Amino acid sequence: MVDLALKNIDKRFGTVDVINGVNLEINKGEFIVFVGPSGCGKSTLLRMIAGLEPISGGELTINGALMNEVPPSERGIAMVFQSYALYPHMSVYKNMAFGLETAGLPRAEIKVRVQKAADILQITHLLDRKPKALSGGQRQRVAIGRAIVREPNIFLFDEPLSNLDAELRVQTRVEIAKLHKELGATMIYVTHDQVEAMTLADRIVVLRSGNIEQCGRPLELYNKPANKFIAGFIGSPKMNFLNIDFRTSTDVNAKFSLADTRLSIPTTLQAEPGMKFSLGVRPEHISTDPKADVLLGSMAVSHVEQLGGQTVAYGQLQDGQSLIAVLEGQRAIASGDMLNVGISHQHCHLFGSDGNRLND
Amino acid sequence: MSRRFKRQLVSYSFLLPWLVGFAALTIGPIATSIYLSFTDYGLMAPPEWIGLDNYVRIASDDPRFWTAMNVTFTFVVLSVPLKLIFALSIAVALNKGLRGLAVFRAIFYLPSLLGGTVAIAFLWRQIFAGDGLLNRGLEYAFGYDGPSWISNPSTALYTLVLLAIWQFGSSMIIFLAGLRQIPLDMYEAASIDGASRARQFFKITLPLLTPVIFFNAVIQTIDAFKAFTSAFVISGGEGGPIDSTLFYTLYLFQEAFVNLHIGYASALAWVLVVIIAIFTALSFLSAKYWVHYDD
Ligand SMILES: Nc1ncnc2c1ncn2[C@@H]1O[C@H](COP(=O)(O)OP(=O)(O)O)[C@@H](O)[C@H]1O
Ligand SMILES: [Mg+2]
Repeated sequence: MVDLALKNIDKRFGTVDVINGVNLEINKGEFIVFVGPSGCGKSTLLRMIAGLEPISGGELTINGALMNEVPPSERGIAMVFQSYALYPHMSVYKNMAFGLETAGLPRAEIKVRVQKAADILQITHLLDRKPKALSGGQRQRVAIGRAIVREPNIFLFDEPLSNLDAELRVQTRVEIAKLHKELGATMIYVTHDQVEAMTLADRIVVLRSGNIEQCGRPLELYNKPANKFIAGFIGSPKMNFLNIDFRTSTDVNAKFSLADTRLSIPTTLQAEPGMKFSLGVRPEHISTDPKADVLLGSMAVSHVEQLGGQTVAYGQLQDGQSLIAVLEGQRAIASGDMLNVGISHQHCHLFGSDGNRLND
Repeated sequence: MSRRFKRQLVSYSFLLPWLVGFAALTIGPIATSIYLSFTDYGLMAPPEWIGLDNYVRIASDDPRFWTAMNVTFTFVVLSVPLKLIFALSIAVALNKGLRGLAVFRAIFYLPSLLGGTVAIAFLWRQIFAGDGLLNRGLEYAFGYDGPSWISNPSTALYTLVLLAIWQFGSSMIIFLAGLRQIPLDMYEAASIDGASRARQFFKITLPLLTPVIFFNAVIQTIDAFKAFTSAFVISGGEGGPIDSTLFYTLYLFQEAFVNLHIGYASALAWVLVVIIAIFTALSFLSAKYWVHYDD
């Protein structure tokens, strides 16, 4: 059931187009992540949903009702800010109660709600403190608590973890995922971190320059990125892109050359011999198995990182194109070694010169 | 002489003009006035030590002292809050992202630059006089023939309060800077919490602005206690009509330089210093209960 819908949403700041005709339907209870590089318009889109930023064009509906002109407090949303935006002069309790007091709820009810949220977030012992007496992680919890007490239908998060250290970030990420299961509310979450996106989302929306590049489940995006931008954005280390030349094709295969190596990739493709294509290969899919489906030739290793569980090899193919390979386990590889690398058919991503995906 | 000593000598010699000035023009007069406040001194004869007599007379036998206290406290109590409220209102209005902010800021600040001057006090006198601009305007608009506001004992002080409020510029600039310090996302969070503009002002803006309000209040209170020029010019140095604008400093001035009671005036000055000190101390003590510092 559709909870929130964006129809042809535009945003202009003066004459600058920041969001261009975004269409998206979000279902009840879904965890949606907006991800994309800095400045692509994620926050702007979220703030338009929140009602903090006027919508320049298009329609925003929540639960079927048009929301374009409805004030933020009447949209059934709550927002967690990147800066937390806690009221510095109020205690944690007052911070969480402020919205409910504004709405004129009875004191007893406010108390129950704040206590309940504080229990969930384990911040009961902090209720009398002012924000300045809290650590970053605790402030973050209070900010989430302030959202929870409103009992919103939709939670909005704008990069809520970006001010936390690495360890706390992972921990809080897990807790937000749990919270989503517990509350069952719709959540829209903005981040530039693809790991957060992959781990939290039911569906990821990838934005670039104010356009939705692709929208899908995390593994869909990982397995079938629609274009080179998404392929490069999702996954770490980044996908390798190899320039290859088209030679011939049959009904089921297309044949390419990569330096002296001949490759055959299962796809139907009409093209002129000599046309340039791009082969996307994820570092973690590269193998040294001589019987791999597609052999990429030999790689001159220039640098090796031993991570314990994996061995990361950096190097160049014969024609100088660089390649990163992540190999399972602790491999006895040193810089200067030659490594014969290959990949299986299912892990080949073929992109045309316009950057769009060609194989399925 | 060691090199170090020589170097210090050089630095002190650079400081010398200031040190001399400070000793001769600040420390000297302060010490002298303490001494004089315990004497009977009229410029013509040498000061004569009379102990606490001046202070005893101030406390027990000087109706004009109490008049001056009354006028000054009325002025402080009226002008400071009104000026601060006015300055804050203008600052809030200007902070709403008005176009040409810099121009308005300059225009509103102008009275503060001019306000303390004799010329403006004369202008003010002209406006509120019997045949002044205000009455001409009133007559033209409503056919009302107003009194001379500055020569009427029941209104004279209020024209001075008005003149003080008109000099709201420096408070306003400080308020404006304080308003700029409040993060925008506070208001965004509050608007998601459903707070109206008014509630945002009273629950977010005012509390977060308390350090600035406190600063302005202390500075303006001290200034108001010391107010002199405007009353001097408008009342022609008399504090009239019938002592209705007899500011404390004006009374002090009259005692010292008209009546030549230098010793008594020195005692009056020290009483004012103590009053201001007590007021400031009380302000700082109260700050704990209402000023929010975010550190
Ligand atoms: N208030 C504003 N006025 C003008 N331009 C803005 C404003 N807010 C954001 N922008 C511009 O809109 C673009 C998208 O910003 P934003 O949504 O904050 O990006 P993201 O959150 O994805 O990093 C940026 O180029 C930014 O400079
Ligand atoms: Mg952002």
